Amino acid sequence: MAKSKTKYVSIPSTTILPERDASREPVLKCVNLGITLGGIKAVEDFNFTVGRTEIVGLIGPNGAGKTTVFNLLTKVYQPTTGTILLNGRDTHGMNTMQVNRAGIARTFQNIRLFKNLSVVDNVKAAMNNDMRYNMLSAILRLPNYRREEIAAHRRALKLLSIFDMQDMADVRAGSLPYGAQRRLEIVRALATNPSLLLLDEPAAGMNPSETADLMDNIRKVHEMFQIAIILIEHDMSLVMNICEGICVLNFGHVIAKGTPDEIQSNPAVIEAYLGRRKESA
Amino acid sequence: MTMRRLINLKRVEARRIYLTYGIVILAYIICQTMSSTKFLSSSMRGMLVPICAYMVMAVSLNLVVGISGELSLGHAGFMSVGAFSGVATAILLQKVLPFAPVRLAIAMIVAAIFAAFAGFLIGIPVLRLKGDYLAIVTLAFGEIIKSILNNFYMGVDSGGIHFSMLTDTTRLLKGGRLIIKGPMGISGIQKISTFPAGFILVMIALMIVFNLVNSRSGRAFMAIRDDRIAAESIGLDITKYKMMAFVTSAALAGAAGALFAMNYSTIVANKFDFNTSILILVFVVLGGQGNMLGGIIAAAVLTILPEKLRQFSDYRMLLYAIILIVMMLATNNAEIKNFLTRLNPFKRKEEVE
Amino acid sequence: MIFLNFFISGISLGSIYAIIALGYTMVYGIAKMLNFAHGDVIMVGAYVCFYAISRYGLNPFVGVALAMAACTLLGIIVERLAYKPLRQAPSLAVLITAIGMSYFLQNTALLLWSSNPKVFPSIIGRGSFKLFEGALSVSHVTALTIATCLIIMVVLSLFISKTKLGKAMRACSEDKGAAQLMGINVNATISLTFAIGSGLAAIAGALLCSAYPTLMPTTGSLPGIKAFTAAVFGGIGSIPGAFLGGIMLGVIEIFAKAYISSQLSDAVVFGVLIVVLLVKPSGLLGKQTQEKV
Repeated sequence: MAKSKTKYVSIPSTTILPERDASREPVLKCVNLGITLGGIKAVEDFNFTVGRTEIVGLIGPNGAGKTTVFNLLTKVYQPTTGTILLNGRDTHGMNTMQVNRAGIARTFQNIRLFKNLSVVDNVKAAMNNDMRYNMLSAILRLPNYRREEIAAHRRALKLLSIFDMQDMADVRAGSLPYGAQRRLEIVRALATNPSLLLLDEPAAGMNPSETADLMDNIRKVHEMFQIAIILIEHDMSLVMNICEGICVLNFGHVIAKGTPDEIQSNPAVIEAYLGRRKESA
Repeated sequence: MTMRRLINLKRVEARRIYLTYGIVILAYIICQTMSSTKFLSSSMRGMLVPICAYMVMAVSLNLVVGISGELSLGHAGFMSVGAFSGVATAILLQKVLPFAPVRLAIAMIVAAIFAAFAGFLIGIPVLRLKGDYLAIVTLAFGEIIKSILNNFYMGVDSGGIHFSMLTDTTRLLKGGRLIIKGPMGISGIQKISTFPAGFILVMIALMIVFNLVNSRSGRAFMAIRDDRIAAESIGLDITKYKMMAFVTSAALAGAAGALFAMNYSTIVANKFDFNTSILILVFVVLGGQGNMLGGIIAAAVLTILPEKLRQFSDYRMLLYAIILIVMMLATNNAEIKNFLTRLNPFKRKEEVE
Repeated sequence: MIFLNFFISGISLGSIYAIIALGYTMVYGIAKMLNFAHGDVIMVGAYVCFYAISRYGLNPFVGVALAMAACTLLGIIVERLAYKPLRQAPSLAVLITAIGMSYFLQNTALLLWSSNPKVFPSIIGRGSFKLFEGALSVSHVTALTIATCLIIMVVLSLFISKTKLGKAMRACSEDKGAAQLMGINVNATISLTFAIGSGLAAIAGALLCSAYPTLMPTTGSLPGIKAFTAAVFGGIGSIPGAFLGGIMLGVIEIFAKAYISSQLSDAVVFGVLIVVLLVKPSGLLGKQTQEKV
């Protein structure tokens, strides 16, 4: 680990949490998390703590390993080193499905909806684990099938209404406009009752007014569900506005952590984004 | 907001489902009337049960190919497991249960159970694979089932049921009966399959598949088909749901196999070979993946068509092949599609969108 | 010594599978389709060769050359007429078309040449080499089959890795869009692939029928399916994989016939395929692709 001290400045407050979360167990704690992909250390020594109701931004230049961190947290990739504690529980040995059941839900950088299902079915698919009725009830249309389906449908519409999408419930997801697809992914993730929501570039491809709406919606979700959110985003106004804490990655390493104000004035971050100022200039 | 709307039988979808039931019932009534008034030729009458069996095969394969999005090239294998277990059951019950419809029903249930079990065993390795690899392994299993049944002997005598492989070493006591005779299959089958039974089985298959598709399981099947990674990320158990679709499909195929077999006096394993699997796949693809009514119509048309082409004798399979290719080209090539649209002035508007 | 005899005939049968499997694997690599009609191209090749030798009394090697020419042409025509219009279509539609094409070829053959089996004359006679004072006998056909397979392997590998056309083929199989942008004629490259695959099928047809001399319109189907299995076994899309898969499949089949049961040999072959795919889900030499998230 030949990490030159001049290049990476780490801010010592690695476990700072918002005051309101300080007395509760953090929702996520990563210790020395790392993965080697094709011989390259895509992420290394990733130490990261997220408070129970915190909104954290994960930023960094392209290829810094942000999405890889999400893939590690959701076990799309199995980490080669380190531990992930989710609500105090080690997720070692879990797969994507089990991690979701344990409380992590995510969206994807390149939208992954169930394109041929309707909008409301996308959301109801995510409620699968809340439903109890079995195959026989479904085939014979027993009362518990009807009861649970109606309840799920109501809840799905309610979730959709947070994002003003209740009127699109019967539209095929693949034919939604781009912005709506991104929003639907968030609704679908919320439908699994997560304690930690991972948003991978939710504002990508959106215009400023859509981004502003999205910002309001994320705040609304955060208030309504009181969950923790980690956000990967390149739109700095969005990140600086809604994130309480920010973690900056570059070349698979955390180069800075702190509040938005601290990050904005951090020399290592400026260097990562803009390059080093020439000595002579 | 009506109740129906709440449980997500969206109107269009609901209409399609009721239309399917309706058409099947109507077709049954027409055929039954024509058959009882001797309006139907005897060769056509003989095809009614096989058509029903193929319809069930198409519906069941559609659950795997259309709804779950996995290509299976060995579906005839489950049909043959069902045929052999069903017929054997019917023969064993012959003395105990003289009433044929009940015997047929029990035989079909036993066939479904055996085929479901085969589906489960095969599903364990198959469902770990993806795409074309999954397809080739289903093909392999279809061939393995055929080979095994071709070398399987089962007989019954006062001492009970005896099995052997490769050669007949069952050593039956006097008065015993060798039921499954290796490559000779089963002969002397009582033809207890009837058109009404076939119709009921088609309706049951439709009900199972439609109701399953419109439930949490169906949503899971389609979610996994559309995006496996996203499906995992919302906590869906991929293996469980793929297995559920595969086993359900196998069970229906098994029942169809029993129905099919008991329409003939003799049945051999070679009847359910790769070509049969492909034939069923063709029903599904021509009918439209996920479209049950389409699959049912394709099954009926493609079973009758070779018979109707009999007057062209030598050319009939050639014609069949050409029709198949032309249909595929016509439905999947944009230029040909446009050309056909231009030929049809009534359709032009809707196709242009 | 008996073991060695079985082993050699296994390799010989495997060589035929390997040559057929090459056609499957090359076409799969570039067009991402399972060309089910490939097995029937073998049959057509064998018929052309049969008529050239038996009816017109041509030299067997001229017969094989004619068969190759005919099959190459057939492969190109089939691709142009049936597969090219479906390049953007879902893979299942292409698969069904290929199956339709397979039926078409079989039934055309049935009309042209009737269903009566023809006795195929071996292209190099029925003699054999005697080794170890006659304890080991290797027929000329067997030797020729193995030698042909080796030559094809070497030439094809060189072609794919060294020549411009071979590089174009590899580029197309990697990314058709990018290859087109780099100035590669994708359609021509795909045609070339079909041409090579079908030409090889003609050779396989002649060798197959020299070893197993019954020729019927359905002669190609089972070897076709087996070779397809071999291609998957070795990792579909991989040329060395097709060779390895073909040879292994042939050896397993002969051993299964000899030591287990001749009726169950197919079941054993397919059983081994399943086991291999469970251990290596993309075949022996296939590359594992991970979906990007």
